[in-house]
Amino acid sequence: MPAPAQHRIIFQHIDEPGYSNDIDCYLRNGGYEVLKKAVTQKPEDLREEVKKSGLRGRGGAGFPCGFKWSLVDRKSGKPIYLIVNADESEPGTFKDRYIMHQDPHQLIEGTMISCFANDVKQAYIYIRGEMPEGARILEKAIAEARAKNLVGPNILGTGYSCEIFVHRGAGAYICGEETGLIESLEGKRANPRIKPPYFPAVLGLYQCPTIVNNVETLCHVKYIVQHGGAEYAKIGTPGNTGTRIFCVSGHVQRPGYYEFPAGTITMGQLLNDVCGGPLPGRTFKAVIPGGSSAKVLRFGERYKGKRKVGTDMVDYDWGVEDVPMDFDSLAMIGSMGGSGGVIVMDDSVNMVEALANINAFYQHESCGQCTPCREGSLWMKKISSRMVHGEARKEDAALLKSVADQIPGRTICAFGEACSWPTQSFLIKFKDEFEGYAEAKKNLPADRLSLV
Amino acid sequence: MSTTTSSPSVNLKPETLARIDEVITHYPVKRSATLPLLHLIQEDAGYISEDAILWIAQKLELQPINVLEVVTFYPMFRRAPIGRRHIKVCRTLSCALLGGYKTCENFQKEFNTTLGATSPDGEVTVDFVECLASCGTAPVVLIDETLHEKVDAAKVKQISAQIRAEAAARK
Ligand SMILES: Cc1cc2nc3c(=O)[nH]c(=O)nc-3n(C[C@H](O)[C@H](O)[C@H](O)COP(=O)(O)O)c2cc1C
Ligand code: SF4
Ligand code: FES
Repeated sequence: MPAPAQHRIIFQHIDEPGYSNDIDCYLRNGGYEVLKKAVTQKPEDLREEVKKSGLRGRGGAGFPCGFKWSLVDRKSGKPIYLIVNADESEPGTFKDRYIMHQDPHQLIEGTMISCFANDVKQAYIYIRGEMPEGARILEKAIAEARAKNLVGPNILGTGYSCEIFVHRGAGAYICGEETGLIESLEGKRANPRIKPPYFPAVLGLYQCPTIVNNVETLCHVKYIVQHGGAEYAKIGTPGNTGTRIFCVSGHVQRPGYYEFPAGTITMGQLLNDVCGGPLPGRTFKAVIPGGSSAKVLRFGERYKGKRKVGTDMVDYDWGVEDVPMDFDSLAMIGSMGGSGGVIVMDDSVNMVEALANINAFYQHESCGQCTPCREGSLWMKKISSRMVHGEARKEDAALLKSVADQIPGRTICAFGEACSWPTQSFLIKFKDEFEGYAEAKKNLPADRLSLV
Repeated sequence: MSTTTSSPSVNLKPETLARIDEVITHYPVKRSATLPLLHLIQEDAGYISEDAILWIAQKLELQPINVLEVVTFYPMFRRAPIGRRHIKVCRTLSCALLGGYKTCENFQKEFNTTLGATSPDGEVTVDFVECLASCGTAPVVLIDETLHEKVDAAKVKQISAQIRAEAAARK
């Protein structure tokens, strides 16, 4: 089956010739009409639309947005904050970058609508430090919106006031984790907080109720308020509504970003039809489907079980190519849709070396609070790097796996899972390659690309 | 670190000082301005000196350790000057799969330097950084504030030549 056509709702204007990131261009294209409509509605009605839409967060966890908003403590009398998570730091993910650089007003409109819907008076956009240009573009865009009375005091004469400020990170991945982000915004080290009790919806920024949403999620909110939750829910599949942006990188002919109705395209269609297949003379070996923390899939393996289609339970028997690219299907086969970052590796890649690259990332980024994560990520890096650069032993395979197995479930934040899943899944799916690496290494081409 | 009673000396441009006072107003709690102040001072002075840490602590009514622990946590802040240009090559998987390590090596050769060190002419410092969220155009390199995409061997040569030309023009 050929791939369906792209359906760009969030990336509608990305790379469009003549489309610029200033407010005049945005207004010419119908910009801020949705905000104007939204501020005449009741906040609770807007929240209801978001609930009806079935929107799931695009930052990684796929948490239902309407439900998240319903958890916000609205009775405490404390101010409610909204933080836009623009940290975009999960390796393999590159979608928020283009929204912020090319269509910043879409994000600002989505943010203002979400603030109004949640009685928020102060929002912060937490953008990663390595995007200085993005931060400047957003600051300029906010100033433009403020000048047109779309941000700031007494918005459009409604009596509703809300400010947005841009806050820059400084190169730490853990700031993407929402409670680490909050600590960072408070001017501290980004050490994630323990939950319970520190659920942002109740005890977030300055111990006040706080909503943290991903950049893309807030753009979907704008679309939902424009078209209605029920209309939005018609895009995609039940439980996986709306579109998904896939960021494809690594060994394909046409890497890039592609937006499709969720669940309507399979991995095979995405990689072969949309991205042009493997590089000349190569075959696909492995793919990480949802950012580097997601468990790796091996081409050639089969996934079998029963799944719900409508009201029926049907058997499925899939190869990697057959898996629909939605949150639930990817979870069903033991991985995750995560942030939409699809990293492809072909048969030129040695999996020990690829894992050593990933492990170096997690070791560098662990915040260091929890012993299993701090020590575990360090040892996984040390062992896998030693295998590549020094002596490799057969028993290193089991050793790596045992270190990884001791981390998840024993840490303050989900980084513990994120750093152990690559090692666990690589070791399960490519066990032979790890056990045989010492021998294989002698015959690997000396001029192959270094990965670590 | 020593805590002195005399006021710490930082030599900041008037624009920087004005931006510092403005940015503090963005937050209901002064401490939140720690990262913005560090960025502003690093952009102005090139690095974070001991006096800068003491100065920020005074400005935000914090203990110096509160600022120091932030400086040491975040990779972007540095305690010593670096080259005039900062070449940050992405090290992470998608870039590595398309030659990121080679790109980094080539920059080091071009400027006769090693990873993390400043070139003998003081012109550049080459570093590895983690995923820059542009994996679809790998390998990528952030030079100061500009992102360069698909930086293969030819592009390394071209960018390096341009950096040298700009350096020569300054002399
Ligand atoms: C280690 C770690 C890193 C994360 N990095 C990001 C990130 O870069 N961007 C992001 O939006 N969410 C990231 N998240 C998810 C956030 O914690 C949070 O769930 C998300 O911002 C919520 O927004 P959403 O519901 O709109 O997806 C990360 C989570 C973890 C555990
Ligand atoms: S799991 Fe790792 S990153 Fe998360 S709080 Fe613990 S040490 Fe820090
Ligand atoms: S891996 Fe280099 S930009 Fe993401």
